[in-house]
Amino acid sequence: MSDTEHSHDHVDEEKRDFIYIAAGAVAAVGAGAIGWPLVTQMSMAADTKAAGSIEIDLSNIDEGSQVKSLWRGKPVFVRHRTPEEIAEAEAVDVATLPDPATDNERLMPNKAGKLDPRFLVMVGVCTHFGCVPIGEQGKVDALGEYGGWYCPCHGSHYDTAGRIRKGPAPENLVIPPYEFISDTVIKVG
Amino acid sequence: MRLTFKTALVAATALGLAAFAGVKVAEAAGGGDAKYKKQVEWGFNGFTGKYDRHAMQRGYQVYQEVCSSCHQLKFMSFRHLGDKGGPFYDKKYPNPIDNPVVKYIAKNYPVPIQDIDWDTGEDLPRDGKPVDKFPSPYPNSVAAAAANFGKAPPDLSVMAKARPDGANHIYSFLLGYDKDDNMYNKFLGTKVAMPDQLFDGKVDYEVIKVQNKDGSVKEIQPPEATREQMAKDVTEFLMWTADPKMEARKSLGLSVMIYLLILAGLLFFAYREVWRNVKH
Amino acid sequence: MSGHLSTYEPKYGVTKWLDKRLPIIRMGADFMTYPSPRNLNYWWTFGGILTLCLMVQIITGVILAMHYTANVDVAFADVQRIRRDVPFGWLIQPMHAVGAAMFFFAVYVHMFRGLYYGSYKAPREMIWILGCIIYLIMMATAFLGYTLPWGQMSFWGATVISNFFTAVPFVGDSLQQWILGGYSVDNPTLNRFFALHFLLPFVIAAVVGLHVWAMHHAGQNNPVGIEPKSKEDTLAFHPYYTVKDAFAVVVFLLIFAFFIFYYPDALGHADNYIEADPLATPAHIVPEWYFLPFYAILRAVPDKLMGLLLMVGAIAVLFILPWLDTSKVRSMRFRPVTRIWFILFLINSFILGWCGAATPSDIAIPMGEDKGLNFLWLSRISTLYYFAYFLLILPIMGMIEKPKELPESITKSVLGGASSGGAAS
Repeated sequence: MSDTEHSHDHVDEEKRDFIYIAAGAVAAVGAGAIGWPLVTQMSMAADTKAAGSIEIDLSNIDEGSQVKSLWRGKPVFVRHRTPEEIAEAEAVDVATLPDPATDNERLMPNKAGKLDPRFLVMVGVCTHFGCVPIGEQGKVDALGEYGGWYCPCHGSHYDTAGRIRKGPAPENLVIPPYEFISDTVIKVG
Repeated sequence: MRLTFKTALVAATALGLAAFAGVKVAEAAGGGDAKYKKQVEWGFNGFTGKYDRHAMQRGYQVYQEVCSSCHQLKFMSFRHLGDKGGPFYDKKYPNPIDNPVVKYIAKNYPVPIQDIDWDTGEDLPRDGKPVDKFPSPYPNSVAAAAANFGKAPPDLSVMAKARPDGANHIYSFLLGYDKDDNMYNKFLGTKVAMPDQLFDGKVDYEVIKVQNKDGSVKEIQPPEATREQMAKDVTEFLMWTADPKMEARKSLGLSVMIYLLILAGLLFFAYREVWRNVKH
Repeated sequence: MSGHLSTYEPKYGVTKWLDKRLPIIRMGADFMTYPSPRNLNYWWTFGGILTLCLMVQIITGVILAMHYTANVDVAFADVQRIRRDVPFGWLIQPMHAVGAAMFFFAVYVHMFRGLYYGSYKAPREMIWILGCIIYLIMMATAFLGYTLPWGQMSFWGATVISNFFTAVPFVGDSLQQWILGGYSVDNPTLNRFFALHFLLPFVIAAVVGLHVWAMHHAGQNNPVGIEPKSKEDTLAFHPYYTVKDAFAVVVFLLIFAFFIFYYPDALGHADNYIEADPLATPAHIVPEWYFLPFYAILRAVPDKLMGLLLMVGAIAVLFILPWLDTSKVRSMRFRPVTRIWFILFLINSFILGWCGAATPSDIAIPMGEDKGLNFLWLSRISTLYYFAYFLLILPIMGMIEKPKELPESITKSVLGGASSGGAAS
């Protein structure tokens, strides 16, 4: 022991408190710092983040039919709409909709910078609780009351532009980020 | 205090010796003939070691033009080349899948990506994309073995860690071939399934273009592509593929060690304060 | 020191209410005020260090399990993915791998401390036996975990160790196949090893609870090995030993961090960076360093079953140690002759480890040209000493050795005087 008799009587309280507080504070900072990697490891890994885009060839989709592709673990619907369906979607009074959007607002311009109303691209996930709505042409009961999509889980009805018209879903079916990379091929994500 | 200090000293010395012995044993246990072992002063060794970006870029060129016709980097994707710390990292493209160099490399990789036609299910080879894994030059491991004297060329992703003192091992191996027998490797002391691959000028090193801050482009002339240079560059590249986070690890390590030293000091003073009036 | 009286007084309504129903705060408070001998040296900080090690392994292990798939086709690739793509995976994976080695390092220091200071003697036999159980489960956990990265050493380690069971008479082959879930180490093996590797650390944590409970009941041993007699002999656990343990833990972390950040592979084997291949065994197959002494004992005997029994015996003998050591004196400080035998035992353990890492036929100690003692015979001598220490030296020395005079009390020993024993540590 290097402590002398002298130190028994004389304790520098200020110095002692400083050391205690400093040691505690530095330890707390370290504990916080180690927490960060332990928490953030659960966020998306680089490979998951990178594998986030798919290409879809529109020329293979016949009028009146729809293809479903998997994008980021969710279905993407591409429907080649009939002229009647387009007309129906455009005729709606936007102001009456729960989530107002015109049909054109739900389309992306092609290579020529024009909107092609025939192809509607949407994430096929109901905005209520995430089920996949059904909407196969030719099966009338599957289209819901508005001729578009119908979610069987809790009964949400979407119209031919994928807008919510009736039921518990709060928003229109989501349009994913996509772009035309050629005249007929789109890249989603 | 005297006893405590002695204890700490003894413990530290013992640990140091143990650690040292551990490293030495691990190194010595590695295969290879010490006579033909070459030791290189690698820039990535040491506590502040870093990879040489230009050497890695050249090394990648050697890998692509020489190694990739038989070997694979199956745990790597093209995008990894553009990761922070990687050979083609560019600050402008924090997300490597947007990096044009990476895109170019993926698209022009000599081995196509084996995909299927998503309408018919038929095989459809296509150009690579940054997200794709480095493809295998063989359809399967049996074909790989059949084409290479019965032994499939090993994957190179972690090769530099799969041998003791991996970097020097690879370098010594690549330069260890007998002059008269290109299947005999003096370093390994045996015939090997891979013939000697490198000869002077085998690869035509590209000029590296670096954009200055004012927008002008500076050209960096590459070194001459001698056998030694190519072996060294490809080793640098393979060390990076085996340990791509080494730079991040070492730099965080420095902060952590400094932090722990400060904390240890503070706790030691706190300990002395607590025990000030207690003889023990 | 049983019967530590609780001094906790709940102050508030809520704490009073809780104290009547679940005295959890009282438990914590009693833990903090627990009277510890005032003379505990740094070797006693390894209990706290080991607690930290277990926590690090459980936390990093659960995290790795989130990113790992126990399937032979993807296990190796998953580890690579963790190191390359998972955020901070390059940090967490080496923490777990290096952590296993650090855990064993600390547990060996802890065990040798117990051996030196006679911490296994009455009334602390249960603390020691529970510790041996922890060590045994640790070995199982480490072995199972080492299989998971599915490298060459993982595969061949699992193959060799599981072949131990074929040495069991009559049922050996069936037993081995039952353990593996197949004819050889394969996907079913990997799956069950993963499940058990995940489970066992929590079993360890439970046994650690019992270990600490037993220690608080019987009281801590101390460097002079005599029981505290007065209040003067003890200090409250907090702040005296919390701060001392904290300092030691941080010093330990410095070494831990040094390996993680600068030599993450120094304690492992390069062959485990090669994916498992059932068609090719690596040239030198050795277990991780912490198993080397037992591996040497296994190989010391030419007979398969005998070698296995000897290895099992090497661990089993630890369980009965409290009854083998006949000395009334605990601490080796007061046992001048046995102390030398102990130091030889310590050195012998390192020699066994050295033998475990070497090729048995190689020369260990050269004696003239091309001649000398090879590792096989060195390991036989060392194995003999290992068992002799427990089965002969400790029982006999306890009866014939005349120990030094014990100090009157812990306080007396600390305050100086001739009776404080030999070298302090």
